Amino acid sequence: MKRTHILIIAITLGGFIASCGSNPAPPAENQNATMKEPGDKTGVPVVTDDSKGKGKFTDVKLTSPLDDKMVAAGKTIYDVKCGSCHKLTDEKLVGPGWKGVTDRRKPEWIMNFVTNTDEMIDKDPAAQAMLEQCMVRMPNQHLGDDEARHILEFMRKNDGKN
Amino acid sequence: MTLGTVAMIGSVQSCKMKTAESAVQGDAASKVYVAPGKYDEFYNFVSGGFSGQVSVYGLPSGRLLKVIPVFSVFPENGYGYSEESKAMLTTTAGQIPWDDQHHLDLSQTNGEQDGRWLFANANNTPRVARIDLTTFKTVEIIQIPNSGGNHSSPFITENTEYVVAGTRFSVPLGDGDVPISSFKENFKSTASFISVDKATGHMNIAFQIVLPGMNLDLSHAGKGPSHDWFFFSCYNTEQAYTLLEVNASQKDKDFIVAVNWKKAEEYAKSGKGHKVPAEYAHNTYDEDKQTATSVIEKEVLLLDPKDCPDMIYMIPCPKSPHGCDIDPSGEYIVGSGKLAALIPVFSFTKLMAAIQAKKFEGDFYGLPIVKYEEALHGEVNKPGLGPLHTEFDGKGNAYTSMFLSSEVVKWRISDLQVLDRVPTYYSVGHLMVPGGDTKKPSGKYLVAYNKITKDRYLPTGPELAQSAQLYDISGDKMQLILDYPTIGEPHYAQACPAALIKDKQVKFFDINKNHHEFVAMGEKKTNVVRKGTRVDVYMTAIRSHLTPDNIEGVYVGDDVYFHVTNLEQDWDIPHGFAIKNNPDAELLIMPGETVTLKFSPKHEGMYPFYCTDFCSALHQEMSGYLRVSPKGSNVPLKFSTGVVADTTAKK
Repeated sequence: MKRTHILIIAITLGGFIASCGSNPAPPAENQNATMKEPGDKTGVPVVTDDSKGKGKFTDVKLTSPLDDKMVAAGKTIYDVKCGSCHKLTDEKLVGPGWKGVTDRRKPEWIMNFVTNTDEMIDKDPAAQAMLEQCMVRMPNQHLGDDEARHILEFMRKNDGKN
Repeated sequence: MTLGTVAMIGSVQSCKMKTAESAVQGDAASKVYVAPGKYDEFYNFVSGGFSGQVSVYGLPSGRLLKVIPVFSVFPENGYGYSEESKAMLTTTAGQIPWDDQHHLDLSQTNGEQDGRWLFANANNTPRVARIDLTTFKTVEIIQIPNSGGNHSSPFITENTEYVVAGTRFSVPLGDGDVPISSFKENFKSTASFISVDKATGHMNIAFQIVLPGMNLDLSHAGKGPSHDWFFFSCYNTEQAYTLLEVNASQKDKDFIVAVNWKKAEEYAKSGKGHKVPAEYAHNTYDEDKQTATSVIEKEVLLLDPKDCPDMIYMIPCPKSPHGCDIDPSGEYIVGSGKLAALIPVFSFTKLMAAIQAKKFEGDFYGLPIVKYEEALHGEVNKPGLGPLHTEFDGKGNAYTSMFLSSEVVKWRISDLQVLDRVPTYYSVGHLMVPGGDTKKPSGKYLVAYNKITKDRYLPTGPELAQSAQLYDISGDKMQLILDYPTIGEPHYAQACPAALIKDKQVKFFDINKNHHEFVAMGEKKTNVVRKGTRVDVYMTAIRSHLTPDNIEGVYVGDDVYFHVTNLEQDWDIPHGFAIKNNPDAELLIMPGETVTLKFSPKHEGMYPFYCTDFCSALHQEMSGYLRVSPKGSNVPLKFSTGVVADTTAKK
């Protein structure tokens, strides 16, 4: 169990360093997952797997083929709230380019990061490592749950998924 | 007793008390200590007097939370300078960058604070403002025609049906070009009733009641049984127009003007009034477009008491009354003759009975004068000198400020007995108990707002701050627990429990609901557009860069409009925008907002611009350049962010 954790962190960190640099990391697929609200009765989200980040998303179900409506909605959000700092290539601007992000990160991690930004930056080792690289805290752009899912779909499209 | 004697006694008494060493007692420090990270119990809104603004303090700590720009320009955030806010300060006399802000009233429902809006008066150029308590922004300002010295304002009725505006300086109606000596014939007081839309808060002058020339001073609405009535104190019923200090203090009694506003409303609706031409500015901030607009209204409805029987009665009140305060039950009307050595308290029940039985002692320009004794509940005898204002604790007690003897006097309404007195430092004006003018005061604290501070603080040259003093009034004896300087000159103030508005605060503006004409919805939409000599820059700001940050092809003689959209969607992440040599102000742009700064460069050159509000570790990098070329040159319009020329740029 411990070994698994260390391995995951290593991969995550690798993903990060790469993301602020330019090489995409090896894929970490997780296709058959479902999305659910925090299950804990205390209301505190419980995330056991660090590579999924910290937040309410513990199981995100991906669909194939891509949902075009979600892709389009994701692009609109990207243009207003994300595009100032993230390119769609692998080139870093203020934050890392998005090319390959869905290979570097689990869907849950991405959705947790864009909806639970401050806690992720404060507590998630991978997000903290990225802050050291980029030196600007990613703004919390207050995306709703659906918006986060749309952004994820747009990222998948950008990565050539189908 | 002559005035001179009163003044002498006053100064002798106050000299006895005036020592900076007068110490606070007991556990004062622990009563006002709000630990770091903890919240205050009350929001306290304080008028700024000659600063023209409203300041917001926390109680009991006395910590300054915010200054809300209302009637004065505020270069620190661009209020009055940005293209969006300029219209808020429009009047029929042009854009006025200052006023004298005296009184505040929080909106009420059923006589209790509802935490929706704060109303503020402008005394000098008569206006009333409405502040939205979800954003702490001034969202509406209406000018009052046929008025001078808008002092008895902006007091509200029990359900915020109306905000009133009464003239301290009477003026001729309409064109004022008459001899000053024709005061008696031509000068009028007006009591304006401004209706407030229940849903939106939108204000409109419903009617103006025309009264004889005199000075309406302060006012408060009835509540409960006296709901239909509004009471205005007045002085200078002598109708003096010179050396008022002497000439307006001749009569033994002036009046409290009792106005049946319900009846006035009926008269206005049934066509008893007459519309007259009157121009006044009405400025509103559109939250959707994030922009203020100003409309010049053209007429106003006047009500002449001659045509409206049973609408107004005069209650004699000794010695130039100032404060006019109604107790929480709505039964007692406290007048404070500022030159009197007693406080008259009137009974609403007795007043109604006297009117019913026509117990009058003559009239003032046709307005029936109720016999003093017939309306009187009783007098508080020897309360102190120079009573000004009274607040209530909801436990049957009243607190009156004594300007001349620099003290607060606590007395019981039922038997008019003085229960306690404490000194103030010095020359107290208004008092404020949270909710002290509503049906449900919180009888925990009282704040005294003092005109003179002298030796209270470290001296700062000839000009010293005014002060506020906080008293614990929860026990039998009042206890001074805090003393702190204030902004401008505080007059009346308001306070409400923090819980009433704390959780309604807007944290940022949803960028997707930004319908500003010049919004840049994301960096892709940034642009620079030339139309003749007008250059519109659609700029975005996000941690930590401005887009575009290189602009060329602007010439001397151009008017450049920087429309800066803050793309952030998080709390407490404003960005600033300033450009070198801009002669007025900067902008502070809240998250999701678009704000515009107009810049008209006078000389060619290089103009750095930058974010002024520290936003991130790379805040210092958040900057750019505007190149301005001579008029008529052919430098092409060009703009970018992040584009680096591959060769050294040539001029």
